[in-house]
Amino acid sequence: MPGGKRDMPEREAAGERTGFSGKLLGRLLFFAALLLGWELAFRLRLWPGYLFPGPLEVFDTLAHGLLHHSFLIGIAASMRRLLLGYGIALGIGLALGLLMGQLQWLKETLGLLVLGLQTLPSICWLPLAILWFGLNERAILFVVVMGAVLSIAQATEDGIRNTPPIYVQAARNLGASGWRLYFSVVLPASLPSIVTGMKLGWSFAWRSLMAGELLYALPGLGNLLTMGRELNDMSQVLAVMVIIVLLGLLTDRCLFALLERWIRERWGLSRRRER
Amino acid sequence: MNLELKQVSKTFRRPRRSVTALDRIDLAIAEQEFLCLIGPSGCGKSTILNLLAGLDFPSEGAVLADGVPVSGPDPSRVLIFQDAGLFPWLNVQANTEFGLRMKGLPSAECARTAESLLEMVHLEKFSRSWVHELSGGMKQRVALARALAVDPEVLLLDEPFGALDAITRDRLHGDLQELWLRTHKTMVFVTHNVREAVVLGDRVVVMSPHPGRILAEYRIDLPRPRRMEDPCVIPLAGKILAGMQVS
Repeated sequence: MPGGKRDMPEREAAGERTGFSGKLLGRLLFFAALLLGWELAFRLRLWPGYLFPGPLEVFDTLAHGLLHHSFLIGIAASMRRLLLGYGIALGIGLALGLLMGQLQWLKETLGLLVLGLQTLPSICWLPLAILWFGLNERAILFVVVMGAVLSIAQATEDGIRNTPPIYVQAARNLGASGWRLYFSVVLPASLPSIVTGMKLGWSFAWRSLMAGELLYALPGLGNLLTMGRELNDMSQVLAVMVIIVLLGLLTDRCLFALLERWIRERWGLSRRRER
Repeated sequence: MNLELKQVSKTFRRPRRSVTALDRIDLAIAEQEFLCLIGPSGCGKSTILNLLAGLDFPSEGAVLADGVPVSGPDPSRVLIFQDAGLFPWLNVQANTEFGLRMKGLPSAECARTAESLLEMVHLEKFSRSWVHELSGGMKQRVALARALAVDPEVLLLDEPFGALDAITRDRLHGDLQELWLRTHKTMVFVTHNVREAVVLGDRVVVMSPHPGRILAEYRIDLPRPRRMEDPCVIPLAGKILAGMQVS
């Protein structure tokens, strides 16, 4: 049909114009339907109320917890641990990665160990950490650090080793050598890979922290979950889970995704913008 | 700066077989000469540039710059790559300043030199742009400015215009000839386009592949500036091409 064919580009263009708001509407509808279904299932009393609270009740608990600070204290305690642990992991991971990227013997020895240990879920470090440090902050920090440090080291080493040779050749040709070459070319050239490692490390740290906190009686989001379970307060459990998801989304999708997109664009790794 | 290759061979060792890229090449390039190297891919013309730049070393023979063996890269001989090799984490200005910064010059002086060079390549309005915002031709002009910033005696150009559209390429041919007429820097220009070689070179050296050898040499005594469609360029290019096809 020639007529239909002629219409195609127009329709596509229209689709692109309404694409964003259309997608948003679809998403809103989906989540509204989900909440409605949840409320309906709650009203029908399919399961006992203390095991299956409705969305309004969970929202109430969420608002109450945030207003009366008990959730805020938990969030602050967890975030503090996360930032501290991640900061330490970043320092060690970058240093290790840079050394492994530079020294072949270190890559062949320590690199292998890093690769092997990466298969170990970091919560498996907990028994060791408890014996070493006791049941305290330091043990949990250790688990967080072990969760993040390996992937950061790995990605950094990868970035250093895979510096595009043309950059190094051009720089040496223009008189760069030694530390100058390293800091002005090798390091920035491996930034995309380092940022990927940082993002991966962050999500590992976050997971390790939650796993660790569940097993601890220290203030924090994990502890709030445990408390909810012990008090048979399902709405608190769900409210804390919502907080964990939102915090994860916020950092992962907003902070790191933006950083990654910026780098991809600047480094010319992706020519077209993602929709 | 005089450049000389004396009985240079280059063999790349691969796991299963070794490839002879260059086989006993003798080539002398005089100071202020504009030399074009042409030949099909695999004839080792880029390898010659890497040897002259000091980014690679011969398996046998000697590469000399002003009679002294080349021991490594040096800002007196700057290589310009086919895809420019600009640093994407630096803007146009900072890319142009790179070599000067590596020399440790004060930043005011770096900035001044870079600005005047960007003006010369007509990119002064783009000094704050990022590399990914530039077209292919603009990238090559920045690469040229970045190379000229360190005031090299020799420019080594590895198919720098190979990926450009015809109009941009013609304009850059003009720019490059003008630069050479003004500064008389020694130029070694690698291309597989015969007409481009005739337009740019004082001398065209034709190479054959597997292994890389010098097949023929032509002296080009046409008035400058030349253009790709000049009536005297076309028959000469035809003659060189015919010579390549006979062998």
